[in-house]
Amino acid sequence: MKKVQFSSYFTQYFFVAPQLAIILIFLYLPIYQTFTDAFTTQDAFGFGRYFSGFDNFIFAMSDATYLRAFKFTIIFICVITFFSCSIGLLLAVQANNVIHGKSAYKTLLIWPYAIAPAVVGVTANYFFSERLGILYSFFHNLWGFNWYDNIYDAYIYVFIAATWKQISANFIFFLAGLQTIQKSIIEASMIDCKSNFRRFWTITFPLLMPTTFFLIIINITYSFFDTLGIIDTTTIGAPSGETKTLVFKAYIDGFRGLDIGSAGAQSIVMMLIVLVITVFQFRFIEGRIHYN
Amino acid sequence: MSRTISQYLAHIILIVGVLLMVVPIWIIFASSTHDNGTILSQGMHWGLGDQLIENYDRVLNKRGGFSQEITASSMFINSFIMAFGIATLTVLTSLMSAYTIVYFRFKLAVPIFWIIFLTLLVPLELRIMPSYQVVSNLGLVNTYTGLILPLSASAIATFFFRQFYRSVPDELLEAAKLDGANSWKFFIDFLVPLSKTMIAAMFIFMFVYGYNQYLWPLIMTTDEKYWTVVMGMKIIFMSWGVERFAYIILSMIPPVLVVIFLQRWFIQGLFQTK
Repeated sequence: MKKVQFSSYFTQYFFVAPQLAIILIFLYLPIYQTFTDAFTTQDAFGFGRYFSGFDNFIFAMSDATYLRAFKFTIIFICVITFFSCSIGLLLAVQANNVIHGKSAYKTLLIWPYAIAPAVVGVTANYFFSERLGILYSFFHNLWGFNWYDNIYDAYIYVFIAATWKQISANFIFFLAGLQTIQKSIIEASMIDCKSNFRRFWTITFPLLMPTTFFLIIINITYSFFDTLGIIDTTTIGAPSGETKTLVFKAYIDGFRGLDIGSAGAQSIVMMLIVLVITVFQFRFIEGRIHYN
Repeated sequence: MSRTISQYLAHIILIVGVLLMVVPIWIIFASSTHDNGTILSQGMHWGLGDQLIENYDRVLNKRGGFSQEITASSMFINSFIMAFGIATLTVLTSLMSAYTIVYFRFKLAVPIFWIIFLTLLVPLELRIMPSYQVVSNLGLVNTYTGLILPLSASAIATFFFRQFYRSVPDELLEAAKLDGANSWKFFIDFLVPLSKTMIAAMFIFMFVYGYNQYLWPLIMTTDEKYWTVVMGMKIIFMSWGVERFAYIILSMIPPVLVVIFLQRWFIQGLFQTK
């Protein structure tokens, strides 16, 4: 924190009040409501809700579809994070190396960042539709691709849509990360090590660790939450709920199934997951990163 | 590896990357310039057709939805109001609250810090049901206020402003204090002008975030008058063929233009704190 600060009786509250008010009403009130929903159950006559302890949690967790959604979410997060990070890094390294056309490449690669997940989903929908889809017929000719029935084909479909959207975000951050590395370090390493490939993995990549670490978190958050728009416009969970993420399942159970208690319990479990990820990143990963 | 070969290789990889990004959207665009019959009988097209103006005109002005009273143009206006509202409100409130967090010494500083930053753990998707209940209890369903306020309850911008303020040298405040500036004057005359790039970056970030919202408008607006472009994509114009391609292209234009033309501000701002 700052060594020099203001102290006042009133001013500090004036500055923080607007945001605090919005957060308390539209964030903490709903969170409080989530907890009330999760720990209560509607009585048989629909007159009110009574306290039911962990019943909603047990009910939600013991459901086979929940475990399936859990499994899918984990695979989904790993695949998207791995592919969008690697492709983004590869492109960023090349864009940082080229002498000509750097800014043109940059512009041409960053714009998909601005497209909404739902729009990407609707677009992907066309490429994977049985009737019009170019990618559908391409894959279909290769191995009989049919995401309407085959679970793994449906996985491929959402993976491609969700990864495509996230490549540019990774590209932007990696490129910026590469540009913060001091020229002198790279020049010094060029004298010691002739191989581009080895130099990248021993010098540049370790120096990029803060960016990589930050991006892993960004990608996890993206695959967890932002992909709801993609799932809802592509497979909608098909075939038979195999491509539901946890967030999508909670949304469907709450809004379509009107099971507020179960949706609340699922939300609380997800809050805990996010909390664990956040604590984990600060404890275990951040301590091992080299900052320049 | 010699320098020229590695340069060629770099260009090849980058061109493949660019094609990966551009080709899908190009196919959608090219298909949007044909007439419906061509697309339905022959599939999507790589080349341009001659129906560009007709198709886009129809999309913008044809009435659709269940009531047959709204047009895509009116949905664009709603999207802009929502995105602009979210961006302005978030940037303004975050700029101010980060100031309190960094520059004031008072008893409640630590609890307030935690109240604000714990919210980063709970994105809207996790509290969508109860948020709807709160908004409907306040009578804000089908209003712009209801679209804007819950999405403005975000601490991401606060976090960035806080990082930025902390990188501002302490000497600035000392000097300002010597010159007799109080906390208001320091904020308005020193800190806000210094944060210009950051303000621009956060504004762009929040604008794109607001424009691209899908789920919240979807559950919030039962009245078609408040439909936005992105949420309406799936439900409106269900039966349209070619027009939907045109609609997809139109819907991506505003945020893409914002990012392309303001990329310098955007990227500078995001990395200023490092």
